[in-house]
Amino acid sequence: MPDNVSAFHLLLTGDPTLFAIVRLSLLVSLSAGLIAALIGVPLGALIALTAFRGRELTIVVLNALMGLPPVVVGLTVYLMLSRSGPLGSWGLLFTPEAMVVAQALLVTPIIAALTRQTIEDLWVEYRDELAAMNVGPWRRVRTLIWDARFSLVTALLAGFGRAAAEVGAIIIVGGNIEGFTRTMTTAIALETSKGNLALAIGLGTVLMIVVVLVSGLAWAARRAGERFAG
Amino acid sequence: MSVRTSSSDLPIRFLDVDIVAGDVTILDRLSINISPGAPTVLIGPNGSGKTTFLRAAMGLIAPSGGRITWGGREVSVPTRRAILLQRPVMLRRSAAGNIRYALAAAGVPRADHEQRVTKLLSLVGLQGLEGRPARRLSGGEQQRLSLARALARDPAVLFLDEPTASLDPAATKMIEDIVRAVSAGGVKIVMATHDLGEAKRLAGDVVLLHRGRMVETGPVDLFFAAPTTREAKRFIAGELLI
Repeated sequence: MPDNVSAFHLLLTGDPTLFAIVRLSLLVSLSAGLIAALIGVPLGALIALTAFRGRELTIVVLNALMGLPPVVVGLTVYLMLSRSGPLGSWGLLFTPEAMVVAQALLVTPIIAALTRQTIEDLWVEYRDELAAMNVGPWRRVRTLIWDARFSLVTALLAGFGRAAAEVGAIIIVGGNIEGFTRTMTTAIALETSKGNLALAIGLGTVLMIVVVLVSGLAWAARRAGERFAG
Repeated sequence: MSVRTSSSDLPIRFLDVDIVAGDVTILDRLSINISPGAPTVLIGPNGSGKTTFLRAAMGLIAPSGGRITWGGREVSVPTRRAILLQRPVMLRRSAAGNIRYALAAAGVPRADHEQRVTKLLSLVGLQGLEGRPARRLSGGEQQRLSLARALARDPAVLFLDEPTASLDPAATKMIEDIVRAVSAGGVKIVMATHDLGEAKRLAGDVVLLHRGRMVETGPVDLFFAAPTTREAKRFIAGELLI
């Protein structure tokens, strides 16, 4: 049977190995995306709305961190979590938790930088009106995050997309252990090198579907924003 | 809508007020007294300081020099003042959502919101458009919604910064009718305009500003019938004040 036919056979028959890998991948990337959102959105909003010394430099660094090489993040987390590292006693190396940490580190700057830009643009637009309504600082922050929600969803999905598609960081800190830390991207790399193209193509297909779904959700969020909120 | 018929924010007094931005003096030793009563309309060319005056009177800008007092006090939380900005921004919500937001910001209990929203939308002729995204309203409708949002604060003093600029005559008339109704309800209107016709139609008192200074002020009939300064005569005659 050709590899591509075998791949679709695996998909259609619900191959347990394939779906275990897909499940772990989504779990790791969604967890990382959630953690990154919980840190990145408030951090981005704080930088957008606060005047402090070194703010411009902070923004430049934050924007630069959007292009963090995954292998560098993987290496850093590896050094931190390895037995001789400062957090070695936690025993997290080569676990899904370590993969979540690595991906969260990778995605947080993306969400924070996009949030900062979105909130800052909206603040420039709203500043006078909110001042005229005598709106206090906390209500301002809540208003800006709420009114920018559709753009922020796009930022979150961009972060999740980055996490779901990366391989360099999680292969270093997860170790690509079968049935434990093997995800779609690490499995594709391994199976391709082994010549097992059916599983690689099957996983690649699922990964592409996930990426397209994420893109579709981002588009739908934007459209919903235009339609319901103006 | 319930309006307050008196305000401890009045009179608003500008005493030798300077407002300077960088090297530019926007208000130059300006002394004005805004008292309760019919609308006070500020006229003057671009850059004469009308917008800055309104923002300072609202409490959004602090003077660089001189004093501003509201009802005799130098510090006044603007809970009983509202302003319609020259280019109002619609929040990314429905028409009703914009008013609800203003009500919440003004501390109006949530239980009263729906009743107030209905009354305010009706007052500005936007009933039936509650659920429409505010940014999808026409320019005139957005201006009326902004007015409703300002009135949500139940102000005793309402500052209007060129509320009919860039509106067609029909939309202008709707805004002017609302302003008259609000003024008749006891709200002190302080309005800036370029339109001398609008000043004649709405004003009780007129203030002519030029280069940050008050050139002339007086009751509307007297101001237009017998201007005393050269600048006022030229401005009324339609000449350019530069």
